Amino acid sequence: MGFLNSYIYYIASFGLIFIGLYILVAKSNLIKMIIGLNIADSGVNLLLISIGYIKRGTAPIFSKPNLNPKLMVDPVPQALVLTAIVIGVAVLALALSFAVRLFQHYDTLDMRKIKEQRW
Amino acid sequence: MKMRKIIGLILMLVIILAVAATLVKIPFGAPKTKVGSYYIENGTRQTGAANIVTSVVLNYRGFDTLGEVTVLFIAALGLGAITFTFNKRDRKGSLTPSSLVLKTGCKFLFPLILLFGTYIFIHGHLTPGGGFQGGAIIASAYVLIYLSCREKEVKRNRLITIESIGGLIFVGIGIMGLLFGGYFLFNFLPKGVLNTLFSAGIIPVLYIAIGFKVGSELAGIIVDFITS
Repeated sequence: MGFLNSYIYYIASFGLIFIGLYILVAKSNLIKMIIGLNIADSGVNLLLISIGYIKRGTAPIFSKPNLNPKLMVDPVPQALVLTAIVIGVAVLALALSFAVRLFQHYDTLDMRKIKEQRW
Repeated sequence: MKMRKIIGLILMLVIILAVAATLVKIPFGAPKTKVGSYYIENGTRQTGAANIVTSVVLNYRGFDTLGEVTVLFIAALGLGAITFTFNKRDRKGSLTPSSLVLKTGCKFLFPLILLFGTYIFIHGHLTPGGGFQGGAIIASAYVLIYLSCREKEVKRNRLITIESIGGLIFVGIGIMGLLFGGYFLFNFLPKGVLNTLFSAGIIPVLYIAIGFKVGSELAGIIVDFITS
């Protein structure tokens, strides 16, 4: 149980990254692949945030005068993830617009049927 | 097809094991990195912002944030270019009009959500939040209004104008820092008293600019998708 308690966030984020990348490789529907990309994105964000966590930590905000700076969590991964989430939204929107355009051109979302994209 | 799944699984396992092997050296809940401790110990004194994440995003790594905003802008630009080539069709006629309750509720909620988003990005240096989060909340208000009242049209040109002004304010403040302090994005305004609204120098101004920029960009993405 001690192992699970101390590594549960790492395991969960690895699970999310694994699921996302597996969907990306194994599925052929374009919308499912984009969903997989987004799940992997969430996994990476969770991994970065959990690396910055410290035991019984507080948010890195000096909102009250008597907060212990030693117990504040690492602000650098939080700053990275803050922008990464917004960029993730923009990339998701861009990928979905590509999917719509491909569907209008080929009348299918199956990547095996789109001849030029087959692997 | 079977082969492809097996290859995929093996590939995933290799990637996961490689990353896990490096992460074993960073135990969960361990003390933070040197740079993080430095920001926490000196952040409030050097930047005047109570929220250390904000001072990292806009002061220590302000140039990075300009890059992130540019990435968002390029994504929105590419999306606009792709949706411009969509085969246009008339969707307004095929949709059933929404009911009176839905329309009134959304019109009631719309200004409140805008107000909340504005609150989030104005208080970015004091509380959790900031320009990116506030902008996303403002864009969610546009989703609501577009899904409920389809006949309401948002002027795309106005969104583009707001977006450009936001970006210009960001770059302009950076260049003013170059003039006053000698380097780009120098914090030339007075830092004020910690934990008050008018503190932290240029950080609230930059976050207001980012809030308007991100909000109008994400709203523009939604408008592009729904109207095409």
